[in-house]
Amino acid sequence: MRTFPGFLIVALAAAGCQREERQLRLDPPVVAALEQIALMPNRISGTPPQIYFALDRPYEENAYNLSQGKRLYSWFGCKACHADGQGGATTEQIWQLAGYVQTIGAYSAKTAAPSRNDEKQTRPAENRAPAAKLFDEGPTPVHTDQGPTP
Amino acid sequence: MKLRATARLRALIPALALAGCTGWQSAIDVHGASAISLKHLIVVIMATCSVVWALVIATLIVALWRRREARESAIALDPRRQRRMTLAVGGAVAATVIVISAFTVSSFFTTRQLTAAGADDLTIKVRGLQWWWGVEYFGSKPELRFETANEIHIPVGRNVRVQLEGLDVIHSFWVPSLAGKQDLIPGRPNEITIRAERAGVYRGQCAEFCGLQHAHMAFFVVAEEQRAFEAWTALQRDNAVASSDAEVIAGQRVFLSRPCAACHAIRGTAANGKIGPDLTHVGGRKYIAAGLLETTRGSLAAWIADPQTLKPGNNMPMVPLAAEELRSVSAYLASLK
Repeated sequence: MRTFPGFLIVALAAAGCQREERQLRLDPPVVAALEQIALMPNRISGTPPQIYFALDRPYEENAYNLSQGKRLYSWFGCKACHADGQGGATTEQIWQLAGYVQTIGAYSAKTAAPSRNDEKQTRPAENRAPAAKLFDEGPTPVHTDQGPTP
Repeated sequence: MKLRATARLRALIPALALAGCTGWQSAIDVHGASAISLKHLIVVIMATCSVVWALVIATLIVALWRRREARESAIALDPRRQRRMTLAVGGAVAATVIVISAFTVSSFFTTRQLTAAGADDLTIKVRGLQWWWGVEYFGSKPELRFETANEIHIPVGRNVRVQLEGLDVIHSFWVPSLAGKQDLIPGRPNEITIRAERAGVYRGQCAEFCGLQHAHMAFFVVAEEQRAFEAWTALQRDNAVASSDAEVIAGQRVFLSRPCAACHAIRGTAANGKIGPDLTHVGGRKYIAAGLLETTRGSLAAWIADPQTLKPGNNMPMVPLAAEELRSVSAYLASLK
């Protein structure tokens, strides 16, 4: 009977071993399934795909994924606009960004256009529209091209 | 016949073990001033310790085998034996103090050479990241600076001052054939001097456990004659070469329109990501992915197609590309000499 508390402590400590399992390489079918987000008709909001819940919400519950997310937040300069979650860009900057972002998709032609790229263009200029006809999107990426998990 | 074969095999074992001591990454096969004096230190310490060990074992054997006299009285009652014992113990203590002090002083003077180079010497900055090395060269003017990765070129016979900076966790810069180790600690600038007396390629390795791919965090030091070194720096300063090859142009387009450019820079193009290695002249480097694979078009394609299988846990994501895109982007990167 006296060994019971000791056993309990060891069992509790061992339970921690399962806390964090890193999956470093996603299987291509999982990537494809994770892209099946159910968007709202406005194509902005929506709900995660079924697989996300089937995998126990790995991007919210796994410490490794969270710290990779933190790394990307700093790497990709998210702080420039979002600071530490409290907003970094000024009202004027947000309006300017929103105005420019609309021209990237270029669904309708405009008389006003941003300045041209200094480097070689990798896409039609922003004021040439409708873009869908002008973009040469090239071959469609297919995840299964990357083969099965070795 | 069988016996002779066994004997030959037995002779091969020490030969094989010794073979591990030579080559492009060895603290015994040295080609730099600092590494040479470190090797002397290793030899002196090993030799001294071997002599001390032999003496201790000999004394122990004598003590165990000596016949004891049955009627030996307490040492304190025999002044002659007491004096002899005091001399023996005192002598051993004095010898220990002398040997340890000599080691301390000589290693102090040897490690001073780790930072022999001054402000006038060629200075480069090496940044340690999980799991690769960023290298920055400076010049007399700001436009002469350039960045590269995982490969350091130095002129033969000159001290090179390497400033070290850790950007995520602690790493350690170690080119055993040229110099000792120095840590790269986030928030604490460090430096080390490297110098090669002979032209050649020397392998370096992170020597402080830094995470999952610590073992695959290698780099290369290419020591070359002054003229070759100057030609290399002039080439590295230039923007990426433009090609008229259709496949290469298609590859550049893939690189710039896919996520690649978010993290990597190729000078002369719109790609100026600062997160991953600078790829302006990646095709001219000997290895990719910090010493993981030799640079070929095939290895570049393999790496881009599935970085998490080749080096699990590294920060390069698997970017979904169609087969044609993969082919052209690998042609493009291989062309960046």
